[in-house]
Amino acid sequence: MIRKFEKSHPYPGLLIIVEGIDGSGKTTQLQLLHRWLEGMNRRVFLTEWNSSRLVNEAIKRGKKKNLLTPTTFSILHATDFADRLAHLIIAPLKAGMIVCADRYIYTAFSRDVVRGVGREWVRDMYGFAVKPDIAMYFRVPIEVSLERILSGRAALKFHEAGMDLGLSDDPTESFRLFQTRILSEYELIAQECGLTVMDATLPITRQQEIFRQLVQEKLAEHDPKPIVSVRRRSRTNV
Amino acid sequence: MSDTRSFFGEGHPYLKITGLTGKLIVVEGTDGVGRSTQISDLKRWLEMNGHAVVTTGLTRSELLGKTIDQAKAGHTLNTQTYCLLYAADFADCLEHQIIPALRAGFVVLADRYIYTLMARAIVRGADKDWIRSVLGFALKPDAVLYLKISLENLIPRVINSERIHEHYWVEDSPEGLDYWEAGMDLRLGEDFYDSFLEYQRRKMNVFEVMAKEYGFEVIPASRGFSQTNRQLKQSIQRVLQSE
Repeated sequence: MIRKFEKSHPYPGLLIIVEGIDGSGKTTQLQLLHRWLEGMNRRVFLTEWNSSRLVNEAIKRGKKKNLLTPTTFSILHATDFADRLAHLIIAPLKAGMIVCADRYIYTAFSRDVVRGVGREWVRDMYGFAVKPDIAMYFRVPIEVSLERILSGRAALKFHEAGMDLGLSDDPTESFRLFQTRILSEYELIAQECGLTVMDATLPITRQQEIFRQLVQEKLAEHDPKPIVSVRRRSRTNV
Repeated sequence: MSDTRSFFGEGHPYLKITGLTGKLIVVEGTDGVGRSTQISDLKRWLEMNGHAVVTTGLTRSELLGKTIDQAKAGHTLNTQTYCLLYAADFADCLEHQIIPALRAGFVVLADRYIYTLMARAIVRGADKDWIRSVLGFALKPDAVLYLKISLENLIPRVINSERIHEHYWVEDSPEGLDYWEAGMDLRLGEDFYDSFLEYQRRKMNVFEVMAKEYGFEVIPASRGFSQTNRQLKQSIQRVLQSE
Protein backbone atom coordinates (compact mmCIF):
# COMPACT_ATOMS: atom_id res chain seq x y z
CA MET A 1 0.00 0.00 0.00
CA ILE A 2 1.56 3.26 -1.15
CA ARG A 3 1.10 6.22 1.13
CA LYS A 4 2.00 9.20 -1.01
CA PHE A 5 1.99 11.55 1.96
CA GLU A 6 5.14 9.87 3.20
CA LYS A 7 7.23 11.02 0.23
CA SER A 8 7.93 14.53 -1.09
CA HIS A 9 5.62 15.65 -3.89
CA PRO A 10 6.91 16.31 -7.41
CA TYR A 11 5.14 19.67 -7.92
CA PRO A 12 6.87 23.04 -8.18
CA GLY A 13 4.56 24.77 -5.67
CA LEU A 14 4.75 24.76 -1.90
CA LEU A 15 2.21 23.20 0.43
CA ILE A 16 1.99 24.65 3.91
CA ILE A 17 -0.49 23.18 6.35
CA VAL A 18 -1.46 23.89 9.95
CA GLU A 19 -2.91 21.45 12.44
CA GLY A 20 -3.98 21.53 16.07
CA ILE A 21 -7.03 21.21 18.28
CA ASP A 22 -9.74 23.89 18.30
CA GLY A 23 -8.48 26.99 20.03
CA SER A 24 -4.82 26.29 19.32
CA GLY A 25 -4.57 29.49 17.29
CA LYS A 26 -3.60 27.74 14.04
CA THR A 27 -6.09 29.66 11.86
CA THR A 28 -4.86 33.01 13.17
CA GLN A 29 -1.27 32.01 12.47
CA LEU A 30 -2.04 30.81 8.95
CA GLN A 31 -3.93 33.99 8.12
CA LEU A 32 -1.01 36.11 9.31
CA LEU A 33 1.33 34.04 7.20
CA HIS A 34 -0.98 34.44 4.22
CA ARG A 35 -0.96 38.24 4.64
CA TRP A 36 2.82 38.26 4.75
CA LEU A 37 3.17 36.11 1.63
CA GLU A 38 0.68 38.27 -0.25
CA GLY A 39 2.61 41.32 0.84
CA MET A 40 5.69 39.85 -0.82
CA ASN A 41 3.67 39.45 -4.03
CA ARG A 42 3.78 35.69 -3.83
CA ARG A 43 1.03 33.76 -5.58
CA VAL A 44 -0.77 32.28 -2.60
CA PHE A 45 -3.91 30.24 -2.21
CA LEU A 46 -5.65 29.77 1.14
CA THR A 47 -7.92 26.77 1.62
CA GLU A 48 -9.89 25.28 4.50
CA TRP A 49 -10.81 21.76 5.55
CA ASN A 50 -14.36 20.74 4.66
CA SER A 51 -15.27 23.57 2.39
CA SER A 52 -16.60 21.93 -0.76
CA ARG A 53 -20.21 21.41 -1.75
CA LEU A 54 -19.70 17.89 -3.05
CA VAL A 55 -20.72 15.95 0.03
CA ASN A 56 -21.83 18.79 2.29
CA GLU A 57 -25.46 17.98 1.76
CA ALA A 58 -24.97 14.32 2.65
CA ILE A 59 -23.00 15.23 5.77
CA LYS A 60 -25.67 17.72 6.85
CA ARG A 61 -28.47 15.25 6.21
CA GLY A 62 -26.54 12.55 8.06
CA LYS A 63 -25.97 14.76 11.07
CA LYS A 64 -29.56 15.91 11.23
CA LYS A 65 -31.08 12.46 10.94
CA ASN A 66 -28.30 10.90 12.99
CA LEU A 67 -27.45 8.50 10.15
CA LEU A 68 -23.70 8.98 10.26
CA THR A 69 -21.54 6.21 11.65
CA PRO A 70 -17.82 6.63 12.34
CA THR A 71 -17.12 4.89 9.02
CA THR A 72 -19.45 6.93 6.85
CA PHE A 73 -18.40 10.13 8.62
CA SER A 74 -14.79 9.31 7.86
CA ILE A 75 -15.28 8.23 4.23
CA LEU A 76 -17.46 11.23 3.40
CA HIS A 77 -14.77 13.61 4.61
CA ALA A 78 -12.17 11.70 2.61
CA THR A 79 -14.41 11.93 -0.47
CA ASP A 80 -14.62 15.65 -0.06
CA PHE A 81 -10.89 15.85 0.49
CA ALA A 82 -10.16 13.83 -2.67
CA ASP A 83 -12.15 16.32 -4.70
CA ARG A 84 -10.55 19.35 -3.10
CA LEU A 85 -7.08 17.85 -3.35
CA ALA A 86 -7.40 17.60 -7.12
CA HIS A 87 -8.97 21.01 -7.68
CA LEU A 88 -7.71 23.19 -4.87
CA ILE A 89 -4.34 21.75 -3.95
CA ILE A 90 -2.68 19.83 -6.79
CA ALA A 91 -3.73 22.27 -9.52
CA PRO A 92 -2.27 25.36 -7.75
CA LEU A 93 0.82 23.34 -6.75
CA LYS A 94 1.41 22.48 -10.42
CA ALA A 95 0.97 26.15 -11.21
CA GLY A 96 3.79 26.89 -8.81
CA MET A 97 1.65 28.54 -6.17
CA ILE A 98 1.99 28.50 -2.40
CA VAL A 99 -0.99 26.63 -0.99
CA CYS A 100 -1.86 27.35 2.64
CA ALA A 101 -4.21 24.74 4.07
CA ASP A 102 -6.06 25.22 7.33
CA ARG A 103 -6.13 21.60 8.57
CA TYR A 104 -5.12 18.64 6.47
CA ILE A 105 -5.26 14.83 6.56
CA TYR A 106 -3.93 14.77 10.13
CA THR A 107 -7.24 16.23 11.28
CA ALA A 108 -8.93 13.10 9.95
CA PHE A 109 -6.24 10.87 11.42
CA SER A 110 -6.92 12.21 14.90
CA ARG A 111 -10.65 12.92 14.86
CA ASP A 112 -11.79 9.79 13.02
CA VAL A 113 -9.68 7.46 15.17
CA VAL A 114 -11.14 9.04 18.30
CA ARG A 115 -14.57 8.29 16.81
CA GLY A 116 -13.56 4.63 16.50
CA VAL A 117 -12.16 3.80 13.06
CA GLY A 118 -8.91 1.91 12.58
CA ARG A 119 -5.67 3.87 12.78
CA GLU A 120 -4.06 2.14 9.83
CA TRP A 121 -7.28 2.10 7.85
CA VAL A 122 -7.71 5.87 7.86
CA ARG A 123 -4.06 6.38 6.91
CA ASP A 124 -4.41 3.97 4.00
CA MET A 125 -7.58 5.67 2.84
CA TYR A 126 -5.74 9.00 2.61
CA GLY A 127 -2.84 7.28 0.89
CA PHE A 128 -3.33 9.43 -2.22
CA ALA A 129 -2.69 12.69 -0.34
CA VAL A 130 0.26 14.96 -1.14
CA LYS A 131 2.93 15.41 1.50
CA PRO A 132 3.10 18.98 2.82
CA ASP A 133 6.38 20.90 2.51
CA ILE A 134 5.72 22.48 5.87
CA ALA A 135 3.38 20.89 8.38
CA MET A 136 3.01 22.93 11.53
CA TYR A 137 1.38 21.42 14.58
CA PHE A 138 0.20 23.95 17.13
CA ARG A 139 0.52 22.26 20.47
CA VAL A 140 -1.56 23.68 23.28
CA PRO A 141 -2.67 22.35 26.69
CA ILE A 142 -6.34 21.43 26.85
CA GLU A 143 -7.18 24.09 29.45
CA VAL A 144 -5.80 26.89 27.30
CA SER A 145 -7.76 25.73 24.29
CA LEU A 146 -10.96 25.42 26.33
CA GLU A 147 -10.59 28.92 27.69
CA ARG A 148 -10.03 30.37 24.23
CA ILE A 149 -12.97 28.47 22.74
CA LEU A 150 -15.49 29.10 25.48
CA SER A 151 -14.78 32.80 25.78
CA GLY A 152 -15.09 33.28 22.06
CA ARG A 153 -18.47 31.81 21.23
CA ALA A 154 -21.95 31.35 22.63
CA ALA A 155 -22.35 27.59 22.67
CA LEU A 156 -20.54 24.50 21.46
CA LYS A 157 -22.14 22.69 18.56
CA PHE A 158 -23.18 19.06 18.97
CA HIS A 159 -20.50 17.42 16.82
CA GLU A 160 -17.86 19.98 17.68
CA ALA A 161 -18.21 18.98 21.33
CA GLY A 162 -18.06 15.31 20.31
CA MET A 163 -21.52 14.80 21.83
CA ASP A 164 -22.13 11.96 19.37
CA LEU A 165 -19.56 9.90 21.28
CA GLY A 166 -21.66 9.93 24.43
CA LEU A 167 -18.72 10.85 26.65
CA SER A 168 -20.77 13.21 28.77
CA ASP A 169 -24.18 14.89 28.74
CA ASP A 170 -22.59 18.22 29.50
CA PRO A 171 -21.29 19.87 26.29
CA THR A 172 -18.33 21.53 27.99
CA GLU A 173 -17.27 18.34 29.73
CA SER A 174 -17.83 16.33 26.55
CA PHE A 175 -15.71 18.83 24.63
CA ARG A 176 -12.93 18.56 27.19
CA LEU A 177 -12.89 14.76 27.04
CA PHE A 178 -13.14 14.71 23.25
CA GLN A 179 -10.36 17.25 22.73
CA THR A 180 -8.13 15.44 25.25
CA ARG A 181 -8.38 12.29 23.16
CA ILE A 182 -7.77 14.22 19.96
CA LEU A 183 -4.74 15.82 21.55
CA SER A 184 -3.18 12.48 22.39
CA GLU A 185 -3.78 11.26 18.81
CA TYR A 186 -2.10 14.42 17.52
CA GLU A 187 0.95 13.72 19.68
CA LEU A 188 1.22 10.28 18.09
CA ILE A 189 0.77 11.68 14.58
CA ALA A 190 3.29 14.48 15.09
CA GLN A 191 5.92 11.85 15.89
CA GLU A 192 4.94 9.41 13.17
CA CYS A 193 4.45 11.92 10.34
CA GLY A 194 7.17 14.34 11.36
CA LEU A 195 5.06 17.44 11.97
CA THR A 196 6.89 20.53 13.19
CA VAL A 197 5.72 21.29 16.70
CA MET A 198 4.95 24.88 17.60
CA ASP A 199 4.50 25.91 21.21
CA ALA A 200 1.10 27.56 20.84
CA THR A 201 1.23 29.16 24.26
CA LEU A 202 3.89 31.59 23.06
CA PRO A 203 2.83 35.15 22.16
CA ILE A 204 1.17 35.37 18.74
CA THR A 205 3.90 37.56 17.29
CA ARG A 206 6.63 35.21 18.45
CA GLN A 207 4.91 32.19 16.90
CA GLN A 208 4.47 34.09 13.65
CA GLU A 209 8.19 35.00 13.61
CA ILE A 210 9.15 31.35 13.95
CA PHE A 211 6.62 30.32 11.30
CA ARG A 212 7.79 32.97 8.80
CA GLN A 213 11.41 32.06 9.41
CA LEU A 214 10.68 28.46 8.48
CA VAL A 215 8.79 29.40 5.33
CA GLN A 216 11.52 31.86 4.38
CA GLU A 217 14.08 29.07 4.53
CA LYS A 218 11.95 26.82 2.33
CA LEU A 219 11.45 29.59 -0.21
CA ALA A 220 15.17 30.23 -0.33
CA GLU A 221 15.70 26.58 -1.22
CA HIS A 222 13.59 26.71 -4.30
CA ASP A 223 11.81 29.20 -6.47
CA PRO A 224 8.31 27.98 -7.40
CA LYS A 225 7.60 28.08 -11.12
CA PRO A 226 4.57 26.72 -12.96
CA ILE A 227 4.73 23.49 -14.98
CA VAL A 228 4.24 24.37 -18.63
CA SER A 229 4.56 21.08 -20.46
CA VAL A 230 1.58 18.80 -20.05
CA ARG A 231 2.05 15.08 -19.93
CA ARG A 232 -0.23 13.09 -22.20
CA ARG A 233 -3.57 12.63 -20.49
CA SER A 234 -3.79 9.20 -18.93
CA ARG A 235 -6.70 7.20 -20.27
CA THR A 236 -7.62 5.86 -16.90
CA ASN A 237 -8.26 9.20 -15.25
CA VAL A 238 -11.89 10.12 -14.91
CA MET B 1 -20.53 -20.27 14.26
CA SER B 2 -21.09 -16.59 14.90
CA ASP B 3 -17.50 -16.33 16.02
CA THR B 4 -16.19 -17.24 12.58
CA ARG B 5 -17.43 -13.95 11.11
CA SER B 6 -14.54 -11.76 10.08
CA PHE B 7 -13.72 -8.52 8.31
CA PHE B 8 -12.61 -8.46 4.70
CA GLY B 9 -9.52 -6.48 5.72
CA GLU B 10 -8.77 -4.33 8.74
CA GLY B 11 -12.00 -3.82 10.64
CA HIS B 12 -12.88 -0.90 12.86
CA PRO B 13 -12.46 -1.17 16.61
CA TYR B 14 -15.97 0.18 17.20
CA LEU B 15 -17.74 -2.25 14.83
CA LYS B 16 -18.88 -5.29 16.77
CA ILE B 17 -19.39 -8.36 14.62
CA THR B 18 -20.03 -11.08 17.12
CA GLY B 19 -23.44 -12.71 17.24
CA LEU B 20 -24.13 -12.26 13.53
CA THR B 21 -25.90 -15.55 13.11
CA GLY B 22 -27.38 -14.98 9.65
CA LYS B 23 -25.77 -15.81 6.33
CA LEU B 24 -24.35 -13.32 3.88
CA ILE B 25 -24.59 -14.55 0.31
CA VAL B 26 -23.30 -12.32 -2.45
CA VAL B 27 -24.32 -12.58 -6.09
CA GLU B 28 -21.86 -10.84 -8.36
CA GLY B 29 -21.85 -10.47 -12.11
CA THR B 30 -21.87 -7.76 -14.72
CA ASP B 31 -24.81 -5.56 -15.70
CA GLY B 32 -27.39 -7.48 -17.70
CA VAL B 33 -26.30 -10.93 -16.63
CA GLY B 34 -29.64 -11.50 -14.89
CA ARG B 35 -28.71 -10.99 -11.26
CA SER B 36 -31.89 -9.28 -10.14
CA THR B 37 -34.19 -11.82 -11.79
CA GLN B 38 -32.30 -14.64 -10.12
CA ILE B 39 -32.26 -12.90 -6.76
CA SER B 40 -35.99 -12.30 -6.63
CA ASP B 41 -36.56 -15.96 -7.47
CA LEU B 42 -34.05 -17.09 -4.84
CA LYS B 43 -35.72 -14.93 -2.23
CA ARG B 44 -39.11 -16.55 -2.91
CA TRP B 45 -37.54 -20.00 -2.82
CA LEU B 46 -35.70 -19.37 0.45
CA GLU B 47 -38.83 -17.98 2.07
CA MET B 48 -40.80 -21.03 0.98
CA ASN B 49 -38.18 -23.05 2.81
CA GLY B 50 -38.69 -21.04 5.96
CA HIS B 51 -35.75 -18.61 5.81
CA ALA B 52 -36.19 -14.92 6.47
CA VAL B 53 -34.50 -13.02 3.66
CA VAL B 54 -33.28 -9.49 3.13
CA THR B 55 -31.99 -8.37 -0.24
CA THR B 56 -29.57 -5.49 -0.57
CA GLY B 57 -27.82 -3.94 -3.48
CA LEU B 58 -25.57 -1.10 -4.42
CA THR B 59 -28.52 1.22 -4.64
CA ARG B 60 -28.54 4.70 -3.21
CA SER B 61 -28.58 4.80 0.55
CA GLU B 62 -30.62 7.25 2.54
CA LEU B 63 -27.44 8.97 3.58
CA LEU B 64 -26.04 9.68 0.15
CA GLY B 65 -29.42 10.26 -1.45
CA LYS B 66 -28.98 12.19 -4.63
CA THR B 67 -25.44 13.23 -3.76
CA ILE B 68 -23.88 10.63 -6.03
CA ASP B 69 -26.03 11.59 -9.01
CA GLN B 70 -25.44 15.27 -8.42
CA ALA B 71 -21.73 14.74 -8.06
CA LYS B 72 -21.53 12.80 -11.29
CA ALA B 73 -23.61 15.35 -13.14
CA GLY B 74 -21.83 18.32 -11.62
CA HIS B 75 -18.24 18.06 -12.69
CA THR B 76 -15.58 15.55 -13.53
CA LEU B 77 -14.89 13.35 -10.58
CA ASN B 78 -11.39 12.11 -10.09
CA THR B 79 -10.87 8.41 -9.46
CA GLN B 80 -10.51 8.65 -5.69
CA THR B 81 -13.57 10.83 -5.25
CA TYR B 82 -15.62 8.46 -7.37
CA CYS B 83 -14.47 5.39 -5.42
CA LEU B 84 -14.92 6.98 -2.01
CA LEU B 85 -18.45 8.16 -2.78
CA TYR B 86 -19.45 4.58 -3.49
CA ALA B 87 -17.52 3.30 -0.47
CA ALA B 88 -19.47 5.67 1.79
CA ASP B 89 -22.70 4.49 0.24
CA PHE B 90 -21.71 0.87 0.81
CA ALA B 91 -20.66 1.52 4.42
CA ASP B 92 -24.09 2.99 5.10
CA CYS B 93 -25.77 -0.09 3.65
CA LEU B 94 -23.48 -2.43 5.60
CA GLU B 95 -24.11 -0.81 8.96
CA HIS B 96 -27.78 0.00 8.56
CA GLN B 97 -29.01 -3.01 6.58
CA ILE B 98 -26.61 -5.93 6.34
CA ILE B 99 -25.25 -6.13 9.90
CA PRO B 100 -28.64 -5.66 11.64
CA ALA B 101 -30.19 -8.33 9.37
CA LEU B 102 -27.39 -10.81 10.09
CA ARG B 103 -27.73 -10.09 13.78
CA ALA B 104 -31.42 -10.95 13.53
CA GLY B 105 -30.54 -14.25 11.85
CA PHE B 106 -31.65 -13.36 8.33
CA VAL B 107 -30.22 -14.64 5.08
CA VAL B 108 -28.87 -11.58 3.32
CA LEU B 109 -28.83 -11.84 -0.46
CA ALA B 110 -26.56 -9.10 -1.70
CA ASP B 111 -27.06 -8.02 -5.27
CA ARG B 112 -23.39 -7.12 -5.83
CA TYR B 113 -20.92 -6.25 -3.10
CA ILE B 114 -17.48 -4.72 -2.62
CA TYR B 115 -16.10 -6.74 -5.54
CA THR B 116 -18.05 -4.64 -8.01
CA LEU B 117 -16.80 -1.50 -6.28
CA MET B 118 -13.23 -2.80 -6.53
CA ALA B 119 -13.63 -3.72 -10.20
CA ARG B 120 -15.00 -0.29 -11.07
CA ALA B 121 -12.16 1.34 -9.16
CA ILE B 122 -9.42 -0.76 -10.74
CA VAL B 123 -10.79 -0.24 -14.26
CA ARG B 124 -10.69 3.51 -13.54
CA GLY B 125 -7.04 3.34 -12.60
CA ALA B 126 -7.23 3.24 -8.81
CA ASP B 127 -4.47 1.44 -6.95
CA LYS B 128 -5.64 -2.09 -6.20
CA ASP B 129 -4.19 -2.19 -2.68
CA TRP B 130 -5.69 1.19 -1.92
CA ILE B 131 -9.28 0.32 -2.78
CA ARG B 132 -8.95 -3.03 -1.06
CA SER B 133 -7.86 -1.44 2.19
CA VAL B 134 -10.51 1.30 1.97
CA LEU B 135 -13.13 -1.47 1.83
CA GLY B 136 -11.42 -3.51 4.53
CA PHE B 137 -14.23 -2.85 7.01
CA ALA B 138 -16.65 -4.95 4.92
CA LEU B 139 -17.75 -8.32 6.25
CA LYS B 140 -16.34 -11.37 4.55
CA PRO B 141 -19.35 -13.06 2.92
CA ASP B 142 -20.27 -16.70 3.48
CA ALA B 143 -20.22 -17.17 -0.29
CA VAL B 144 -19.68 -15.16 -3.44
CA LEU B 145 -21.60 -16.58 -6.37
CA TYR B 146 -20.22 -15.11 -9.55
CA LEU B 147 -22.50 -15.22 -12.59
CA LYS B 148 -20.12 -15.53 -15.47
CA ILE B 149 -21.11 -14.74 -19.02
CA SER B 150 -19.27 -14.27 -22.30
CA LEU B 151 -19.41 -10.95 -24.11
CA GLU B 152 -21.17 -12.59 -27.07
CA ASN B 153 -23.95 -13.72 -24.80
CA LEU B 154 -24.09 -10.52 -22.84
CA ILE B 155 -24.53 -8.13 -25.76
CA PRO B 156 -28.02 -9.23 -26.89
CA ARG B 157 -29.23 -9.12 -23.30
CA VAL B 158 -28.13 -5.53 -22.81
CA ILE B 159 -28.47 -4.07 -26.24
CA ASN B 160 -31.86 -4.94 -27.64
CA SER B 161 -34.80 -2.91 -28.92
CA GLU B 162 -36.43 -2.44 -25.54
CA ARG B 163 -33.35 -1.28 -23.75
CA ILE B 164 -32.13 0.96 -26.50
CA HIS B 165 -35.49 2.66 -26.45
CA GLU B 166 -35.47 2.92 -22.70
CA HIS B 167 -31.95 4.19 -22.55
CA TYR B 168 -32.57 6.89 -25.10
CA TRP B 169 -36.10 8.04 -24.33
CA VAL B 170 -36.89 7.30 -20.70
CA GLU B 171 -35.37 9.69 -18.26
CA ASP B 172 -33.70 8.21 -15.15
CA SER B 173 -34.66 4.76 -16.28
CA PRO B 174 -33.32 2.09 -13.95
CA GLU B 175 -33.30 -0.35 -16.83
CA GLY B 176 -31.46 1.74 -19.35
CA LEU B 177 -27.75 1.64 -19.71
CA ASP B 178 -26.49 4.74 -18.09
CA TYR B 179 -23.47 6.71 -19.07
CA TRP B 180 -21.33 5.53 -16.17
CA GLU B 181 -22.38 1.88 -16.34
CA ALA B 182 -21.12 1.90 -19.89
CA GLY B 183 -17.90 3.43 -18.64
CA MET B 184 -18.41 6.42 -20.92
CA ASP B 185 -16.47 8.56 -18.46
CA LEU B 186 -13.39 6.58 -19.42
CA ARG B 187 -13.66 7.47 -23.11
CA LEU B 188 -12.71 3.99 -24.12
CA GLY B 189 -14.25 4.13 -27.56
CA GLU B 190 -15.60 6.48 -30.13
CA ASP B 191 -19.22 5.72 -29.36
CA PHE B 192 -21.48 4.23 -26.77
CA TYR B 193 -21.23 0.70 -28.10
CA ASP B 194 -17.45 0.61 -28.34
CA SER B 195 -17.15 2.08 -24.89
CA PHE B 196 -19.58 -0.42 -23.42
CA LEU B 197 -17.72 -3.32 -24.99
CA GLU B 198 -14.30 -2.24 -23.83
CA TYR B 199 -15.54 -1.36 -20.35
CA GLN B 200 -17.20 -4.73 -19.89
CA ARG B 201 -14.17 -6.55 -21.23
CA ARG B 202 -11.89 -4.82 -18.72
CA LYS B 203 -14.25 -5.38 -15.85
CA MET B 204 -14.59 -9.06 -16.70
CA ASN B 205 -10.81 -9.41 -16.69
CA VAL B 206 -10.64 -7.87 -13.23
CA PHE B 207 -13.37 -10.25 -12.07
CA GLU B 208 -11.45 -13.23 -13.43
CA VAL B 209 -8.49 -12.31 -11.26
CA MET B 210 -10.64 -11.66 -8.21
CA ALA B 211 -12.53 -14.93 -8.65
CA LYS B 212 -9.29 -16.82 -8.02
CA GLU B 213 -7.97 -14.47 -5.38
CA TYR B 214 -11.11 -14.47 -3.23
CA GLY B 215 -12.43 -17.92 -4.07
CA PHE B 216 -15.66 -17.02 -5.86
CA GLU B 217 -17.94 -19.82 -6.85
CA VAL B 218 -18.16 -19.37 -10.60
CA ILE B 219 -21.60 -20.06 -12.03
CA PRO B 220 -21.96 -20.12 -15.81
CA ALA B 221 -24.76 -17.74 -16.79
CA SER B 222 -24.58 -17.92 -20.57
CA ARG B 223 -27.14 -20.69 -20.94
CA GLY B 224 -30.67 -20.22 -19.68
CA PHE B 225 -32.35 -18.94 -16.54
CA SER B 226 -33.23 -22.36 -15.14
CA GLN B 227 -29.80 -23.95 -15.44
CA THR B 228 -28.21 -21.00 -13.69
CA ASN B 229 -30.99 -20.97 -11.14
CA ARG B 230 -30.48 -24.65 -10.31
CA GLN B 231 -26.80 -24.16 -9.70
CA LEU B 232 -27.37 -21.09 -7.56
CA LYS B 233 -29.80 -23.03 -5.39
CA GLN B 234 -27.36 -25.90 -4.96
CA SER B 235 -24.63 -23.52 -3.84
CA ILE B 236 -26.91 -21.70 -1.44
CA GLN B 237 -28.10 -24.96 0.04
CA ARG B 238 -24.52 -25.91 0.74
CA VAL B 239 -23.87 -22.60 2.48
CA LEU B 240 -26.98 -22.93 4.64
CA GLN B 241 -26.10 -26.48 5.65
CA SER B 242 -22.56 -25.65 6.68
CA GLU B 243 -22.44 -24.52 10.26
